[in-house]
Amino acid sequence: MAIFLTKDSRVLVQGMTGAEGTRHTARMLAAGTDIVAGVTPGKGGSSVDFGERTVPVFGSVAAAVAETGADVSVIFVPPRFTAAAVQEAVEAEVPLCVVITEGVPVHDAVRFRALANGRTRIIGPNCPGLISPGQSSAGIIPADITSAGRIGLVSKSGTLTYQLMYELRDLGFSTAVGIGGDPVVGTTHIDCLQAFQDDPGTDAIVMIGEIGGDAEERAAAYIAANVTKPVVAYVAGFTAPEGKTMGHAGAIVSGSSGTAQAKKEALEAVGVRVGRTPSETARLMRSELNRGTGA
Amino acid sequence: MDLYEYQAKELFGRHGIPVPAGAIATTPARAGEIAAELDAPVVIKAQVKTGGRGKAGGIRPAAGPAAAATEADRVIGMDIKGHIARRVLVEAATVPFEEYYAAFLVDRAEGTFLAMVSAQGGMEIEELAATDPDAIVRLPIDPATGVDADTARLLAAKAGLPEQAAGVLEQLWRVLVEEDALLVEVNPLICTTDQRIVALDGKVTLDDNAAFRHSWEDYEESTDSLEDRAKAKGLNYVKLDGTVGVIGNGAGLVMSTLDVVAGAGADPANFLDIGGGASAKVMADGLEIILADPDVRSVLVNVFGGITACDAVANGIVTALELLGERGHGRPIVVRLDGNNAEVGRRILSDARHPAVRQVSTMDGAAETAARLAAGA
Repeated sequence: MAIFLTKDSRVLVQGMTGAEGTRHTARMLAAGTDIVAGVTPGKGGSSVDFGERTVPVFGSVAAAVAETGADVSVIFVPPRFTAAAVQEAVEAEVPLCVVITEGVPVHDAVRFRALANGRTRIIGPNCPGLISPGQSSAGIIPADITSAGRIGLVSKSGTLTYQLMYELRDLGFSTAVGIGGDPVVGTTHIDCLQAFQDDPGTDAIVMIGEIGGDAEERAAAYIAANVTKPVVAYVAGFTAPEGKTMGHAGAIVSGSSGTAQAKKEALEAVGVRVGRTPSETARLMRSELNRGTGA
Repeated sequence: MDLYEYQAKELFGRHGIPVPAGAIATTPARAGEIAAELDAPVVIKAQVKTGGRGKAGGIRPAAGPAAAATEADRVIGMDIKGHIARRVLVEAATVPFEEYYAAFLVDRAEGTFLAMVSAQGGMEIEELAATDPDAIVRLPIDPATGVDADTARLLAAKAGLPEQAAGVLEQLWRVLVEEDALLVEVNPLICTTDQRIVALDGKVTLDDNAAFRHSWEDYEESTDSLEDRAKAKGLNYVKLDGTVGVIGNGAGLVMSTLDVVAGAGADPANFLDIGGGASAKVMADGLEIILADPDVRSVLVNVFGGITACDAVANGIVTALELLGERGHGRPIVVRLDGNNAEVGRRILSDARHPAVRQVSTMDGAAETAARLAAGA
C-alpha cells in the first residue's frame, strides 16, 4: 500500500514537452510510473517517444483526462504559467496535482489552494513530488536510491528526503512525500501524517521539517492527538540567523517564531524523538522499528 | 524582501493612503532643507529594517531646520540592532488623537490571506497578542472575493476603529494584492485631532517570487559584496560569521550541514545551495565565492547524488578546482559524496590527487574534519 500515489495511478505531465518535463518524464517512466499523457497548449495531437512508450500530447488537461482517464497531474511549467496550469487541472477534476515548479508567487499559491479546496489535492509548489517505491513516482525524487518498504516519509526538503531514503534503503518506504519549502503549500505535514496513520502499508513515519512558520508545532499537536504509529523527526536550521531566507522561500526565522529549537521542543514534548543529524534520525527510526518487532 | 518605511509610504501614497508629508535625506544639511521646505515641526526617523527604533533613539523630534540638521546628524550612521541607518526620513510631525493597528498578510499556517486590526496601536503586535489577544480582530480573507467596502466597514466596526478608517483598510488590502506583498502593516495607523486617518509608520514585505511581474529594481540592495556577487552568478548564498565554508545541493541539506558543522564545534561561514545539478561551472562559482571570504579556513562540500549522480559531481569538483587554480590559497576542502554512484565519484576524486581535497564518507565525519581543519589542527 501507499498514500496518494499507487501503481494504479494514471499520470499526466503538464509541460512534458519542455526540457525539464521531458527529462523527468523519462525518469518517472523508468521508475514504473504509468504516464498516460502530456499536456502542452498548442501541441495537441503530437506525441513524444520515450523508447519503451510513446506518450500522446494533448492541448488541454480536460482533453487528456477525457481520453486517458488520468488521475494525477505533475506540473513542470515556468512560474508565470503555473497558476493557470493548476487551475486547468482543478477544473478538469484531476484528484491529485503535483506542482514541481520553484518560484511560484505566494499569492498564486494562496489562490489555487483556495480554488482546489475539496476538489483536488495539491502537493507543492516548489517540491520534489512524491514516490511510492516500486509502484509509481510523480515528480523528481530519484527512484534508484531506495526500495519499497513500510516507512512513510514527509518532508519540506528534497535532498534531505533523498538522504533519509538512502540511509534507510534496506528497510524501504511505502511513500515519501516532499511537500515543498514555500510559505504556502497545498499539502501539509498533517495531511501526510493523517494519510500514513490510515495506511495499512505504513508502520512508522519519518517527518523532516525546517525553520519558518509553525507547521512542525501544529504537526506535533496533531501527532499527540491522532497518530499511534511511531514517528521520528528531524529539523534543519538550528544555526540559521534571524531574518535571512535560507534557500527555501519559507525558510526564515522571524523574530522569535519559526526557530528549529522551538520545533524540536514541540515535537519532543509529545514523545517524538528528534535526531540531531540525518544519520542519527535514521538510527532512531531503526530503533523504533526494532522495538516494534521486539527485536 | 522587506521595504524601508519610506518605500512603504511611497507605495501607500500611490494607493491613496494618507501619509505625513516628508522626504528622505542622507545628510544633515539635506534634512535641514527638507524641514525648511515643510515649514513645520518635523520628526527625524532612522531608516532601518528592524523594529525598536524609537527605544534606540532613532526617532527624534525637531522644532525647525537647524534642529532637524542636528538631530539628523545624530541618527545618520546610528547602529540599531546591527542595522546601520544610512538614511533618515524627515517628516512633518503629526500628532495622534488615537492610535490603531492594521495589517493584511499571507497566513502561512492556514494558507490564506488574513486581516489583523486593533484599536490598540503603537506597541509591537507580538506584545499586544501576548498581553491582550482579544484586542486584535483577526479575519481570514477569501482570495476569491477579497476586501470590499462592506468587509472593510465590518473590520473597522469589529475592531472599534472610526468609520472613516474603513476606506484606508480597503486601500491597504489593495496594496497587498496589487503589489504581491506578503505583509502590509501600519502601526500606528492614527486618527488625528481633526479626524483624519493617517499611516504614521509602514512595513511592507514583498514576495521575491513575484518580482517578474513588478518593477522592483529600485528596492534591491545589499551591503555584503559577496552576497551580491553570488546573486549575480545565480547562487543562493548567505554570509554568516564563522570559519567553515559550506557548499551543498538543496536548501534543506545545506541548512542541515550548517547544523552538523556547529555540532562539531565550529561556526559555519556561509549558507550556499548550488541546487540539484551541481555542474562544474556552478561548483567552481560556488567555491570561488566561498574562498573569496577571508574568514574561511576550511571548506565542506556536502553533496547527495540524487538526480545528478556522484560521478558527475566529482568531475564537477575536479574541473572546478582546475578553473580556480591558485585562488584557493591552499585552504583544505573536505568533500563528502553520498548517494547515486558514490563509489565511482569518490574514486574520481582520489585519482585526481588534488592536494587541497580530503574525502570523508559520512556527513557527520566530514563536518568534524572540516571543523578540526578550520581550528588549525
